[in-house]
Amino acid sequence: MSSTSATAPQGIIDAVGRLSLRAMQVVGDLTMFAGQVLTATVTRWPRRDVLLTTCHQVGVETVPVVMVTGLFIGMVLAVQAYNQFHQNHLDSRLGALISSTLLNELGPVLAGAMLAGRVGSAMAAELGTMRITEQFDALEVLGAQPVRHLAVPRLLACCLLIPLLTIVTDAMGILGGWMIATKMFGVLNHAFWQHAERVVGYWDLLTGAVKSLFFGGAIAVIACHRGFRCSAGAEGVGQAATQAFVISFAVILALDFCLGSILNVIYFYLWPVS
Amino acid sequence: MDDLPFLEIHRVSQWFDSHEVLRDVSLHVKRGETLAIIGESGCGKSVTLKLLIGLLSPTVGEVRLQGRSLETLSPRELARARLRFGFLFQGAALFDSLTVADNVAFGLRQNTRLLEGEIQNIVRDRLHEVGLPPSICGKKPAELSGGQRKRVGLARALALTPEIMLYDEPTTGLDPIMTDVINELILQTRAQRPVTSIIVTHEMTTVRKVAERVVMLGPVAHLRPEEPQIVFDNTPEAAFSSEDQRVHQFVHGQACERLRELAG
Repeated sequence: MSSTSATAPQGIIDAVGRLSLRAMQVVGDLTMFAGQVLTATVTRWPRRDVLLTTCHQVGVETVPVVMVTGLFIGMVLAVQAYNQFHQNHLDSRLGALISSTLLNELGPVLAGAMLAGRVGSAMAAELGTMRITEQFDALEVLGAQPVRHLAVPRLLACCLLIPLLTIVTDAMGILGGWMIATKMFGVLNHAFWQHAERVVGYWDLLTGAVKSLFFGGAIAVIACHRGFRCSAGAEGVGQAATQAFVISFAVILALDFCLGSILNVIYFYLWPVS
Repeated sequence: MDDLPFLEIHRVSQWFDSHEVLRDVSLHVKRGETLAIIGESGCGKSVTLKLLIGLLSPTVGEVRLQGRSLETLSPRELARARLRFGFLFQGAALFDSLTVADNVAFGLRQNTRLLEGEIQNIVRDRLHEVGLPPSICGKKPAELSGGQRKRVGLARALALTPEIMLYDEPTTGLDPIMTDVINELILQTRAQRPVTSIIVTHEMTTVRKVAERVVMLGPVAHLRPEEPQIVFDNTPEAAFSSEDQRVHQFVHGQACERLRELAG
């Protein structure tokens, strides 16, 4: 009896220990990989045609997705906020809420989530397939480093284009919110824009841009890492794609919190009165 | 200097986690020689090829190119040394996102300062050499048959005029006619340029047709502790007439007791 009760906690401790060790190994490996990609990025940029092709895949092909998502999020935000605002006779301030929320939080996070879902998982699957079909080996044999040739263009494309995708998401979200607020709930057009203008400043735009830059970098590094570490077979490729999205999304939310807190501190340090 | 083996594996053992694939293997290849490595699936043939080109580092022992250990080379030197090799991968390993022409041109664009026109000429020449028409240039690898993929892979491997050609199961999965086409191409490659060739294969027709020397690896799991992993090293003719049971069974494709051994 006593031996049974002694082995149960020991088993739990073993399992927790193993899990922690595995998590540390993955985080360590991811950090080393990120270091390799960043080093390769600063030492030499990829060829222009390779970068442009990757930018097209990452950016141009994602625009319709973020436009639709942004539009509906803005519309949903207006619908949900209207009831609360209407009870307090603050209907005219919907523009302020929608613009501020989208620029600071929802725009970057949504663009990041869409990029992680559409591009990140595709990247992981593509790189994983390349790995298991010996295309990485072929690159090395032909004098190209896989990290430099495959990961660097993807990192640059994500970092360069996600701020632009965020702007598209913001614009479509505000448009969607404006449509619902003015056409459905009768908020005056000038009141919507006047309050939006009063609340939103350059700092909000900068906040969105900084966040999206970090999100883009995180998505690219995580997706490439999963692809580079893909295990054999169709199951391995599927797992790499799923893990790329799940880990990227979790990291986006964690980064959003951390960057939001840091940027707030910086804001109040620079402009203590406001 | 000429007495030195051109390419040498010296007392190499290879482990992947707790799985031993190669045990104390030593092997040398002379310049211009055509060597076939045969053996059962999983006995470490493809691993041997990847060790030779530095894609894997041996757990124990060393691989030497003209007397110099690959382990002592810097990453830049190793990358340069690899350009002396051409590698035909088992599945051709063509880059899916690139066209046939871009696949063949890849190494040239990566490692030379040739003008685009010159690169296109070399691409056409190499494709012609492996019997493919210029009309194939714009196709993606997914649009090609198995035989075409292998030949594009060969054209890509030959684009940088390698001194050493490594073939990883070049005829696996091909019909008998395409198998013979690939065998002819290996012979043609050797006739047209001074190239050292190492061919990993299961196909005894390929061994008989193209190899000058045959090495057979035994699976580590079936070896006694002191037994060498290279169970045969001689000419193809000697392999076909070998009285060693393992060589005889492999060469003539006789299962004998293997099914029971594998099951048990």
